[in-house]
Amino acid sequence: MYRYIIKRILMMIPVLLGVTFVIFSMMYISEGDPARMILGEGAQESEVEALREELGLNDPFLTRYVNYIKGIVTKGDLGTSYVTGRSVSEEIFDRWPTTMLLAVLSVLLATAIGIPAGIISATKQYSIFDNLAMVLALVGVSMPNFWQGLVLILVFSVYLNILPPSGFYGPIYWILPAVTIGTSTAATITRMTRSSMLDVIHQDYIRTARAKGLSERVTITRHALKNALIPIITTVGLQFGRGLGGAILTESIFSIPGLGKLMVDSIKARNYPVVQGGVLFIAIAFSIINLVVDILYAFADPRIKSQYQSQSRKKKRSTTQEKAGEAA
Amino acid sequence: MTELSMQKRRSSRRREFWLRLCRNKAALIGMVILSVLIITAVFAPIIAPYHYDEQNYQITNQLPSLAHPLGTDNCGRDILSRLIYGSRVSLQIGFIAVGIGAAVGGLLGAVAAFYGKAVDNIIMRCIDIVLAIPSTLLAISISAALGPGLTNAMIAIGIGSAPNYARIVRASVLTVKEQEFVEAARCVGASDAYIILREILPNALSPIIVQATLGVASAILSAAALSFIGLGIQPPSPEWGAMLSAGRVYIRDFWPIVTFPGVAIMITIFALNLFGDGLRDVLDPKLRR
Repeated sequence: MYRYIIKRILMMIPVLLGVTFVIFSMMYISEGDPARMILGEGAQESEVEALREELGLNDPFLTRYVNYIKGIVTKGDLGTSYVTGRSVSEEIFDRWPTTMLLAVLSVLLATAIGIPAGIISATKQYSIFDNLAMVLALVGVSMPNFWQGLVLILVFSVYLNILPPSGFYGPIYWILPAVTIGTSTAATITRMTRSSMLDVIHQDYIRTARAKGLSERVTITRHALKNALIPIITTVGLQFGRGLGGAILTESIFSIPGLGKLMVDSIKARNYPVVQGGVLFIAIAFSIINLVVDILYAFADPRIKSQYQSQSRKKKRSTTQEKAGEAA
Repeated sequence: MTELSMQKRRSSRRREFWLRLCRNKAALIGMVILSVLIITAVFAPIIAPYHYDEQNYQITNQLPSLAHPLGTDNCGRDILSRLIYGSRVSLQIGFIAVGIGAAVGGLLGAVAAFYGKAVDNIIMRCIDIVLAIPSTLLAISISAALGPGLTNAMIAIGIGSAPNYARIVRASVLTVKEQEFVEAARCVGASDAYIILREILPNALSPIIVQATLGVASAILSAAALSFIGLGIQPPSPEWGAMLSAGRVYIRDFWPIVTFPGVAIMITIFALNLFGDGLRDVLDPKLRR
């Protein structure tokens, strides 16, 4: 199991290297001159040129990329923000907890609604509850979440005046943004839970469990849900990652000082080091979430756990064989 | 088998598909709404009561009335007319972006699955890299690199969605590739390109169609999101996301301006999702009884 995790972490390295390359090239081909952005339209051409030289913007592409990677690997240095002059990692770590909190809250909310709703829908297939839940879930998936944010502000802040429209200072400020991100997540989880449960519920062992005289509750929660859990975990994990992406818009709407807003502002200001650092950071978070999801599979399903173990055992056996071969 | 009986079989299969699709209530509702939207988009100049850019500063921010069924915006433009014209932009983005994504991704996926080994490994690892970046963020970064505008938004969204198609096409090509008719085509000396495009892809098409239908929905959402943060289609073009973005400032005083464009987006996405779900039920052999 540990071997599996270590292997997966090592496999993240080339992917993340690729991510930095992709995003670095994209920022490279972007139009607009960061030096001119920093100094303003009125600056002298010579000053701009001097700053370009100082920031290394005149170096060829590969030199710049290699320098960037060298900085990350040797010093953990993601560069300096063109706008504030602070280090990019500091800026990101300042904003990160807010975005994370928002993502966690919205996923918790969505799971709390989505999984029970999905289970009830599946066990009472084609009932009024099921039909209603499915229509609502489809509406939830179809709503653009930036628009939903605006409507929530309109209703709860402008008309009812019970919740604050912007900022992020305490629990009462968390409600609207968390609901905004959570709605479509809840809808997706409901749909997935329902279809996954339906797959399981018609299987023979569920009939056996019922025939054994187990109560319906035990049959559903112990026997059915446990086997339906894998696709649900995948969805929750994916949605968590999407929540991080969705935070970009939601944070802009509610003026929340998180990573998403930082990214949007930085893209607009051509503040490339922050954009590169931010994308890298989100990609790392994304990969870790995927890894956690894969590890959770092992806990949900012993068959998968043994698969992971046998993978590493096979490896171990082949390496010992190699060693034996070398010794011989 | 003779050519005639082949044709007969093909047409009866098509008829069966339509029958099953029409029996699926969700798909039918989705199809009807979509048809209405497409007709609206095509005949926008005839249907819309005003031109989308017709300003009248005497009647700014008006509530819905007989003359302006959905009210007017901050420049005195008729919101309904702008929404009608906007359907052209949104549907165009949706379909073209999906076309780009499916073509690029589909080709990569098919090539990866067909040649296997090193080719497969290289292509799929590159796709892993793109998949490690959330798609919203990727689309935002690409359009930041290319600059705002309709074409660039379509490219950004298309490329952003390509990895999904690559994976789906790869998976379905892998299952189709081993079947006998592929071997037969190879025996009669067909080229690789012919086998991929004419033999394998048509047989691996149904998951791609389903993904593409649902993909149009997410492309429209992404386009609206891009416009909303000012990186997509620029005003005065009546794109729905751009309308929301422009109306945001007036949220405290005037509700129609932030309500109706969102409703338009929602109805479109809802219809596409209904249709896509229905299509999946009809095309997915696992669900067939």
